[in-house]
Amino acid sequence: MRFWAAAIVRFIAASVIAGAVIWGAAQAEVAPADVAWGEGNVIAESLSGTPGNAGEGAKIYAEKSLGNCVACHVVSNSDADFQGNVGPSLDGAGSRWTEEQLRAIVADAKHVFPDSVMPSFYKTSGYVRPGEGFTGKPAQEPLKPLLNAQQIEDVVAYLATQKE
Amino acid sequence: MTKAIRSLGALGISLALTLPALAETAPTETPDIVIDGGAVTLPTFADAPAHLEGALGDKIYSGWVFRDAETRAMQEDDFANPSMAFVDQGIEAWNTVDGTEGKSCASCHNEIESMKGVRAVMPKVNAAGELWSMENYINDCRTNRMGAEAWKWSSQPMENMTLAISLQSRGMPVDVAIDGPAKPFWEKGKEIYYTRYGQLELSCANCHQQNYGQMIRADHLSQGQTNGFPVFRINGAGTVSLHERFSGCIRDTRAEPFEQGSQEFRDLELYVASRGNGLPVEGASVRH
Repeated sequence: MRFWAAAIVRFIAASVIAGAVIWGAAQAEVAPADVAWGEGNVIAESLSGTPGNAGEGAKIYAEKSLGNCVACHVVSNSDADFQGNVGPSLDGAGSRWTEEQLRAIVADAKHVFPDSVMPSFYKTSGYVRPGEGFTGKPAQEPLKPLLNAQQIEDVVAYLATQKE
Repeated sequence: MTKAIRSLGALGISLALTLPALAETAPTETPDIVIDGGAVTLPTFADAPAHLEGALGDKIYSGWVFRDAETRAMQEDDFANPSMAFVDQGIEAWNTVDGTEGKSCASCHNEIESMKGVRAVMPKVNAAGELWSMENYINDCRTNRMGAEAWKWSSQPMENMTLAISLQSRGMPVDVAIDGPAKPFWEKGKEIYYTRYGQLELSCANCHQQNYGQMIRADHLSQGQTNGFPVFRINGAGTVSLHERFSGCIRDTRAEPFEQGSQEFRDLELYVASRGNGLPVEGASVRH
């Protein structure tokens, strides 16, 4: 009897600690489903709680296996080859948009522009026949977002450096 | 000289940047595909079919005009066209007895030239009211008349045969029926065409209607016309069936594609083919 009581106490204690850790993490990072949209289609709060790194953002922007933003957008001062033009040029994006707006567009462009062709990079459900990456195999939602919270912040920081 | 080219390039880029965000961009030149010095001449555009209601503008274009000079040239010379080796294998299979009934295709259909016109109207509703692609008709003959095994949808023997049969219609305008018994299949195909699949949430229309003529990285987006299928793709150095292409496109939206040969892909095949009604069958085409 004493053994069980001790086990239960230990279990509760462990649960409280685990809960606190998860709660702490949630404070720092906003999960895709919990993103708070502000007035005028903006995301005011950092998704990761850590300032974005523009240098990392530039890499994510150009890397095919990460953001691959370059597939559809031109940034004239980027040295990436074969920049696409399905989307608008992002030259001067940091002058045209606030950081809050850039975060919103990168995280979920269709929330801002319903007809946009641009994928939502920080969204995990609501898809039609979602696949496991590019394997063609079915995937169960929630999916891993295309970019994580810090990667979104990094891309936003990079775009903010693109001044007119 | 180099400098001139460079400044022209810079001008091009600055023009591109100052233009408004145009979506579809019609090709600036639409030469004919002139094969073997004019033995066969295929136009590369046609009036857009009425059912599109202007969705692609006034004209529809062959995917050939969106490809580079080298790829285009390969299709203008039947000897250089890598598809032709597979066509030859298809013709050989046409004349070869297979299965328990001791028959070849030629036993019933005579020379393969008798297939002229078939490709232009595929897929088509059969006597039982099902929408069948050419592959279904071929396998029906094989299993029910020849006593042979069915070929897998995008297997090499199947693609050889669909290539050989398609070539017989080279130059004939695509003319699939979309009304009458075909209507419900066509409607379903249209719905699929406009559905945004996968984690990238892309529909066929997002790229091939709204953005044809634009670049996704180094890929020049065409209207996604199907009149050239089956194609030889330089990219994979092999022949590619239409359903294989559909599958690859949908997979690349980070989605689970439909099965090749499925009802969904046959419906989509009909709808996409109908968007190209009026373009000539290119039979054995070459694409990037």
